This record gives sequence, structure tokens and C-alpha cells, in this order.
Amino acid sequence: MRIASHPVVQFSRDKKIKFYFEGKELEGYEGETIAAALHSAGIKDYHYSPRLNRPRGFFCAIGNCSSCLMEVDGVSNVRVCTEKLIEGMKVQRQQGKGILKP
Amino acid sequence: MTLIKTGVPSRNELMTVTPSRERLEKGPVVIVECFQEIPCNPCETACKQGAIVVPNMNDIPRVDHELCNGCSLCISKCPGLAVFVVDETYSSSEALVKIPYELLPLPQEGDTVTALDREGEAIGEARVLKVQDRKQQDRTAVISLAVAKDFSMKVRNIKTRG
Amino acid sequence: MKKREIAVIGGGPAGLMAALYASRMGAAVTLLERHYNPGGQLVKQTHKFFGSQKQYAATRGIDIPQNLLKEIEQQEVEILLDTNVLGYYPDDGVIGYEKDEKFHTLKPDRLIVATGATENVLPFTNNDLPGIYGAGAVQTLMNEYGIVPGKKALMVGAGNIGLIISYQLMQAGVEVEGIIVRGPIIRGYGVHAAKVRRMGVPINTCCTVKSAHGSTCLEKVTTINLTENRETIPGTEREIHVDLLCIATGLSPLTELLWQAGCQMEYVAELGGHVSLRDKNMRTSQESIFVAGDASGIEEASMAMVEGMLAGLCAAKDLGYDDGRFKELYNDAIMQLSELRSGSDSEKVRKGLKECTLKEVTS
Repeated sequence: MRIASHPVVQFSRDKKIKFYFEGKELEGYEGETIAAALHSAGIKDYHYSPRLNRPRGFFCAIGNCSSCLMEVDGVSNVRVCTEKLIEGMKVQRQQGKGILKP
Repeated sequence: MTLIKTGVPSRNELMTVTPSRERLEKGPVVIVECFQEIPCNPCETACKQGAIVVPNMNDIPRVDHELCNGCSLCISKCPGLAVFVVDETYSSSEALVKIPYELLPLPQEGDTVTALDREGEAIGEARVLKVQDRKQQDRTAVISLAVAKDFSMKVRNIKTRG
Repeated sequence: MKKREIAVIGGGPAGLMAALYASRMGAAVTLLERHYNPGGQLVKQTHKFFGSQKQYAATRGIDIPQNLLKEIEQQEVEILLDTNVLGYYPDDGVIGYEKDEKFHTLKPDRLIVATGATENVLPFTNNDLPGIYGAGAVQTLMNEYGIVPGKKALMVGAGNIGLIISYQLMQAGVEVEGIIVRGPIIRGYGVHAAKVRRMGVPINTCCTVKSAHGSTCLEKVTTINLTENRETIPGTEREIHVDLLCIATGLSPLTELLWQAGCQMEYVAELGGHVSLRDKNMRTSQESIFVAGDASGIEEASMAMVEGMLAGLCAAKDLGYDDGRFKELYNDAIMQLSELRSGSDSEKVRKGLKECTLKEVTS
């Protein structure tokens, strides 16, 4: 959910862009991170832990903790909290450690 | 129970910043509800009357209520939103209380709102007399409220209705 | 291999000030910042700052980066955004960094590490559930990206971060069920606590999180009361239905690069964890490396800005740069830090600094 009006900040939501989450078309805004766009769509579980399959999501927001890793455009272990959303991106939940392509 | 245990200043703590009854009955005056030594002095910088002095930036602000003319410039400058102005001469039954406010929706002049005390408890109604939100206040609105005189030292926040 | 006189790693309050003052003295500076928006934690600090005019008191944190950047633009500072510093190679004094998916190297004559800090985690059952976020992370979602992070929140920790972010949650329209604190007192500023109390948010001391619950995301939290000696009191469990749990239990300095560089490090609890030893000019035990801001010890943004100014001035002076104002600005920075830290509020920091301050490390 997005903040409609805020007493201090004015959010620049200029350009809407489309991206895909597990095949489903979603919308975000240019200039925001993938995590922000997912959060606005109510998606909070980003990957499942390798051994115990526990849901994991956002924690630190600034790229330090590795809790938010997802597969983006076929690349595993992308920190969606800092990665900018680009038009047409394909985002998937990651299972475990993901696969590193050569 | 004191400020550092509950977040609510105790009666004794409040007594250290409350102007004398004599001064309160003369007209609008500032009440700086700041009780700790923290490095901060924008209240001193804001005051054109020299009524608020913070000799070393870690000092608790020293207020000379006699020098204060209730201009209220300091209210929106305090980063802690801890500055209020009270005017007990507003009318025979009501006092005017000015509070800093940074929430939406801002009330409109003429609205009736719920008056809240320092614990966020509703203690009656307040009428919104004025809402000032000028550029130099940098998004800290100052709301002038008419409250029952008995509550002039209690009302420090509001809840808008609808 | 790129060479540069001064490299500043981190574009937050300390890094921006370091770059500004080093370049004002005449040095050629490169600032490397990993985010595409410079400003560090300032980009989400919607509240007005404390301190004095010199440290931008009464200015909202979010407005400070653009002011500093305007001043920096007038100097010759190369700003590299979206740039991740990956490591420091001590044998060669080289920094490796990633930009635009390529690996680059840079060899600076002087390095200023202003990498800030990271939020601490709190151990409790199911603390990894989505919906359990660092309080600063919630601030980023709300104030930088305009996202409502949840509908009902519980805040853990009543330092300045916990208190301020509880207030900001309410500004964003989130219901804050309460603030819980492990210890018997509220460590943040009284004025911040007073603000949230008069908005109706209860602050419960001697209370902590026992467990969190939910299937794919947080649905409720169980809290438990503590004795003043931090022991749990069985039978005092309480269930609170929230979809957002904010952890504001402290920050730890981000010091990986300093470790890699071989700087002498010390664990100083009062400063948030492992920090590098440094002299009063912010120079570490490695002659060519300076540190500033939260990376040197957890304090407020005002101290970070002045430490950055000090490190920038001293790094430039090392290389022979002085626009004539070095002595005046240096003395002013030293005095500002001393003033900021002279209150009873800074007793902990003063104690911590005693454990990691070197006698002047000369160049």
C-alpha cells in the first residue's frame, strides 16, 4: 500500500512501470527499488531458506543483511532492497541459495 | 514516575518550567517542556526577545517568562516539538493553547477536536481557532486551541474528528 | 588503475562533509556511494535535527543532503553513485569497487571510511519472519519510497530511533500498538518519548519479545515482562496482533574495510561494537586511513557531520592542502565535537572514546 499524503514528504511518483512477479504483471514507479514495488503489492515473503524452507523477506533495507535475496531476470541472490526496478523485470521468489550461472 | 521512566513529565518536572500564576494572568507565554541536557539550542536561536537562553548547548533551556511576549516563533523550531504557548487571558472561561502539529489531516479553523493530555487521554473538547502552516515553519503547523481554562496546563495534543 | 588524492567511502552525513571540506582545502576527491541516492541515513530522516545551527539544527534531515551536494558541486569532487566498494587490498593500498557491473580499482593517497552502521537483530523465536524489520528499514520504506509498511506495528526499543520511528509510523498512517523496552528506563530523548505518549502510544519498560507468529508473514507477537535484572517473568506473556514488528535495539558500526586494511580494532560496547582505534584527528592506526561517522562509533548525525569535516580537513592537510582557513576550521570542528559531547547525555560515548583514542598518529 502506498502513502497517499504525508505531512512532510512529497513522493515523486512520475512514471509507472510494469514488471512481472512469478508471471503476474504488477506496477511500480521509476526510481524505486524492487522491494518497494513488491511491498506496495502486499508481497513480503521473498525467498525460502535452504534447509528449513522458512519464509524470508526484507530486514535492513540498505543491502547489508542478505535477507531479501530474490531471483531477478534469471539472476539469483539479487538484493531487491537496493536494486532499482526496471521496466519489464521478471522477479521470482528464490528457493534456497539459488543457482549461480556461469 | 518521571519522564525517563514513562515518557510523561512528572508534576515536579512540570513545575520547573511552568510560569508563575502572576505571569500567566498577564497574557500569552511560552512553556518549554524540555527537561534533559541534550545538545540542542534552536529555541534560543528562534527567540527574538532573548527570553530563551541556552548558554552551553547541552544546558536545559532557561526561560525568562517576563521577557517572553508569547510571539510563538519558537514553537515550530523545536525539533522535539516540546514548546507550547498558553494564554490564560483569552476569555473568562477559556484559555488559548498553541501546540505544534505534524499530522494529516490538519484541522480547519472552527473545527471541534478532541483535546488530549500528555498521556494521549481524551480530556474534553477544544475549538480550533487558528492553523498556521507558513513556509518558515517548515511543515510544523502551529494550532491555536480554545480549551476550558482548567485544562490549560493539561492539553498538549489533539485528535481530529472525521 | 585509477589514482586519486582522496577517496571517501560512504555518501552519508560524515562522507559528504569529508568530501566537502577536503575539496575546499584544494584536494582532488572521489566519493563512492553504494546507493543511487546520496545522503546515507539522511534521506529518510524526516524529523528536524537537534544540535546547533552549525550542525543544521531545526533542519529536516531529508533536506540536508541537497544542501551539502549543492556546496559540493561547487568543488571538484567526483561523485560515484550506485558504486559498491568491495574490498581494500592493504599490500597495495588499493580499493576495489563495482560500478555498472564492472570491477574497477582505485589507489588513493588518503582514504576516509565513512561507511555508517547496520541495525542489530534481536534473538527470539521466529525472528526471521517477513514483517519483522529493522526500524530504520521501516523508515526507508515509508519516507524514501512512500510505502506503508504494515497496518499495525509494535516497536522494540526506546532509544531515539525507536521513538522517532514510532512517531513517523503514525505520520504515515500506521497504528502503533506500543513501544517495548528491555530495561527500566527510556534511553532516547525525553521530548521524543513525550511526543509519542501524547499521541496515545504506551511505552512499556521491562518488557521484551518472546516469540513471533505467522505462516508466511508476521501475524502476532508474544511479549514477556522482565525483572530489572533482565530475567523473564513467567506468566506475564501477552499476545499482540500486529503485522509489523520494528526492531530498534541498536546499531553496529560497519567496519569491514577497516579490518581488511589492517587497522587496529577494539571492541567498545559504548560505541556499538568493534571500532578502529583513532586519534583526535580521526586518523586510524594506518597512517593513510581516516574514519568518520557511525563507522567510528554510534552517535547522532550532528557528530557524524563534524567528524567528517575533521577527517576531510586533516586528510587534505596531510597532502599539503590548505586554503588558508585550515587552522580556523580545524579548531572549530574540535570545539564543536567537544561541545556536542559535553552533556550528561554523552557520558557513555565519552567513556567509549577513552578506550579507542590513540595519541596523535603523525603522517
